[in-house]
Amino acid sequence: MNWRLTAAAALLAAASSHAAAETIAITGATVHTMARAGTLVDATVVIVDGRVRAIGSGVSVPDGARIIAGERLVVTPGLFDAWGRMGIVEIGAVDGTNDSTAEDSAYGAALNVTDAVNPRSELIAVNRIEGVTRSVVAPTADGHLIGGQAIVINLGGAGDWLEKSPAALAVQLGERGASLSGGSRAAALLSLREALSDARDYSRNRSAYERGARRAYARSRLDLEALQPVLKGEVPIVALVHRAADIEALLRLKREFKVRVIVSGGAEAWLVADQLAAESVPVIMDPLVNLPGSFELLRATGENAARLHAAGVTVAFGTNDSHNARNLRQAAGNAVARGLPWDVALAAATVTGARVFGIDSALEEGKVADLVVWDGDPLELASFPVAVFINGAAIPLVSRQTELRDRYLRRPDALPHAYR
Amino acid sequence: MRLPLLFVTLFFSSAAFAEVPFPSTYKPLPPESVLLQNATILTGDGKRLDGADLLLVEGRIKQIGKGVDAPDGARVIDASGKWVTPGIIDNHSHLGVYPSPWTEAHSDGNEATSPNTAEVWAEHSVWAQDPGFVRALEGGVTTLQILPGSANLIGGRSVTVRNLPGRTVQDIKFPGAPYGMKMACGENPKRVYGGKGRAPSTRMGNVAGYRSAWIAAADYRAKLDGDEPPKRDLQLETLAGVLAGEILVHNHCYRADEMAVMLDIADEFGYKITSFHHAVEAYKIADRLADAGVCSSMWADWWGFKLEAWDGIRENVAMVEAAGACAIVHSDSDIGIQRLNQEVAKAMAAGRRVGIDIGPETAIRWITLNPARSLGVADETGSLEVGKRGDVVLWDRDPFSVYARAEIVFIDGARAYDRGDPERRPRTDFELGAHTGGAR
Repeated sequence: MNWRLTAAAALLAAASSHAAAETIAITGATVHTMARAGTLVDATVVIVDGRVRAIGSGVSVPDGARIIAGERLVVTPGLFDAWGRMGIVEIGAVDGTNDSTAEDSAYGAALNVTDAVNPRSELIAVNRIEGVTRSVVAPTADGHLIGGQAIVINLGGAGDWLEKSPAALAVQLGERGASLSGGSRAAALLSLREALSDARDYSRNRSAYERGARRAYARSRLDLEALQPVLKGEVPIVALVHRAADIEALLRLKREFKVRVIVSGGAEAWLVADQLAAESVPVIMDPLVNLPGSFELLRATGENAARLHAAGVTVAFGTNDSHNARNLRQAAGNAVARGLPWDVALAAATVTGARVFGIDSALEEGKVADLVVWDGDPLELASFPVAVFINGAAIPLVSRQTELRDRYLRRPDALPHAYR
Repeated sequence: MRLPLLFVTLFFSSAAFAEVPFPSTYKPLPPESVLLQNATILTGDGKRLDGADLLLVEGRIKQIGKGVDAPDGARVIDASGKWVTPGIIDNHSHLGVYPSPWTEAHSDGNEATSPNTAEVWAEHSVWAQDPGFVRALEGGVTTLQILPGSANLIGGRSVTVRNLPGRTVQDIKFPGAPYGMKMACGENPKRVYGGKGRAPSTRMGNVAGYRSAWIAAADYRAKLDGDEPPKRDLQLETLAGVLAGEILVHNHCYRADEMAVMLDIADEFGYKITSFHHAVEAYKIADRLADAGVCSSMWADWWGFKLEAWDGIRENVAMVEAAGACAIVHSDSDIGIQRLNQEVAKAMAAGRRVGIDIGPETAIRWITLNPARSLGVADETGSLEVGKRGDVVLWDRDPFSVYARAEIVFIDGARAYDRGDPERRPRTDFELGAHTGGAR
C-alpha cells in the first residue's frame, strides 16, 4: 500500500519519552528489517538511548554496551495485531471490564475507544513478552452498524501508548450488520449510505444546521463530525465482512463515496481477489479460518491468505480478539504451511498491518527501537523472545502469568503458596 | 473387527444395560497392507524410534521396528525425513452437536432446560455431515469424544466416535467404547440457571445439585440390585452407570478449589472422575490430581475470557506432567482440533523454558495414549503397539513444527485422508456446491 500518512496526529507518538539511557548491542543475529535493506545475516543491531543507531554486519559494538548474544538469534519488527481489542477488554465475560461495545449508547461513528483503553491491562504484559508490540484497538461494532473509531496503541504500558487516533471507522456488514439494521443487508447498506450522504450534506451546511435551518439528520452532530475524515479519505472504513457478495457491495459503496475501505475477516475474499487488488483494498484476516462457520463463509479456505497474496492483495493478520494476540505468529506459520511465502507471512504479522494504518514499523537506523529478539524462527512454536523493545524501552519479560507460574513452580516449603 | 461384542458386554454388564440401543454400524475402509519405511516414529507410549518402519496389515498394527519386510502387494511408502505418530485423539469436542454452519437450527449441544439432564445422549444431536469432522481428519484426528455442553451440572452422555466420514452417528460410533458423562463446575451452570431465576445460582447451589443427583442415583442403583427392579429411568440409568464404573465422568472444571470439591464429592458417593476438562488451574493442585489418578484435559494457552479462566498459564500442561499426573491436551474447538499437535508443541516449549524438559516422545502422549485412556479405548488405539487398530498419521516433518502437515491419515489401516490423492480427500454432503477451489 502506498497510502500517505493520514493525520499529523499519526506522528505524535513517534517521539518517545521512554527511551532508557542505555546502549545495547544485539550481535550475531539474523535481522529481518522488513525495510529496503531486507534480511541481514550475522548482523549487529545497536540501540542507543532507545533509538536504533546502527544495523549491519560490519557494525562494531560500542564500548560499555549491554550485549545480547546467542545462537540463532533473529530480530524482527514487533508483532502487530491489525484488528484487536487489547486494553478495552480485561475479562470478556465480566461486563464491567469489557468496553468493546456500547450497544445501548446513542453514538456510533463518534465513539472512539481511546478513553476506554487501560494501558495497565494485564493483557498487555502477557502479550508483549511474547513479541506483540502494537495493536489496533477496535470496537466490536456489535451494537451498531457503525461501531465507532479504532485506534492504534503500542504495548509499552502507561505513558505514550497512543500511536494513532482515529485509525479507522469500524463498520459491521454481513449477517450481523443486517440484523443491526432491521433485518436485511439492503437496510445496512442503505443506512450506511444515508450516514455518509448526511455527513457530506452537514459539512456543506454547518451554519444552517447550527441555526436549525437544515433538515433533520438520522444521526447526531457528533457522529456526522466523525464521518468527515472518512469522507475526505483520511480515515478508512474497516468493514467486518466475510461473504464475497457483501464485499462486492462494499466496493460499490467505496466507488460511490470515494472512501477508503479495508476488509476485516474476509473469509471469502479470495473469490473477489482481483477486484480487491485492482482497487487497492487490503484484507485483515485470520488465516486459520477454514470452516463454513456460517452461511456467509461457505467458501472459507485455509489458502485464503496465499490466494489473496498471489492476486496482489495486501494481507495483514488480525485476531479480532483480545487475549491471545501472541498467537499471531502461529497463525502466520500456518499460512506458510498453506502456501503463503514466509517473508510475506512474517510481514503480515508485523509491518503490513502497521503500514495499512499508516505506521512504518520496519527496522531502520534512526528510528525509535520497536523490535523483538527471538531465539529462533519467529513463526516456530518453540521460539520465544529473549528481548522486546517497545517505543525505545526494553520490556521486562514478566507478567501476572509468569508470577503465577513461578509461585507454583517453587518447591513447597514451610509457608503456603500465598507467601511465595 | 476384533471384540466389539465382548467390549459391549464388558461395559454394560448389569441388568439395566443388557440391550445396547443405537448400536454402532461402523465399518472401516477396505484395509490395505502398508509399510511406512525409515521414519521417525513417536509410538505414543513414550518411545521414539529413529529410522524405523511400521507395518499395517488388515487394519491392525502388525509390526514396528527396523528392517521390517514388506509383504507381497503391500503399499510401501518411503517416509525418510518424515514422522509417524498414532492417530490424534481429542477427548473434548462438540463437532456434530455444535456444527458448522453455526446456526440456531444447529445448536444442539446444551439441553439447557434443567440443571440435571443425565438422560440426554450427545449422539442424538450429532449431525454426521458437520464439515468439522473432515477438517479434523486433515489435522490427523482419528478418534474423538463428542460431549454435551457445559450449561448443566450434569449435561448427559458423551459419545466417542471414529473420525471416518459416515452417513449417521451410528456409522461413526466407536464399537465397544464406553460412554462418558459430562459434568460442569463453576460459572456456566450457575449463570444459565441463576439467569432463569432458579437453582443453581451459586457455586454452593451447584454442589447441592450434584449431591442430590447422586443420592437419587445411589437409591436407584440399590433398587436395581433388589428383588423388584424400579421402573426404567433414563436419567438415573446414566448416573447409576457411573456409580457402577461403566460410564466415565468428564468434568468441566476450571478452578483448583472447585476441582478439589469435586474430588470430595466423588469420594462421598463412590465414583471416579476420569478427567477434569479445561482445568486451567490444574497446575495449582497437580500433586493432588496425581494422587487421585485423575487426568486433566487442558488447552495450551486459552485464558482470561471468563473469570474462572483468569489464572491460565502457558506452563499448565507441563507442570501437570512434571507432577506425575495424567496430562491431556484437548481442543473444545472446531479450529483447535485441526492442530492439536501445535497446541502440544506450545505447551512442551513452555515447559522447557522453565526447565521442565519434556521430549516429543512424552508430549505426544497428551494427544494420543492419555486421551485414549480417558475414553476407555486404550486397548484399541492411542499408541503404535502391535495388535492395536491401525490409526496412524504420516507427517511431512516433525509434527511439532508449525509448518508440519499430515500427509496421510490412516484409520483402521486404511487411508482415510491422503493429501496426495484426490480420491482420498473426503468431503461432507454440506460442502458440495460451495467450491473452494480444491483445498480447505
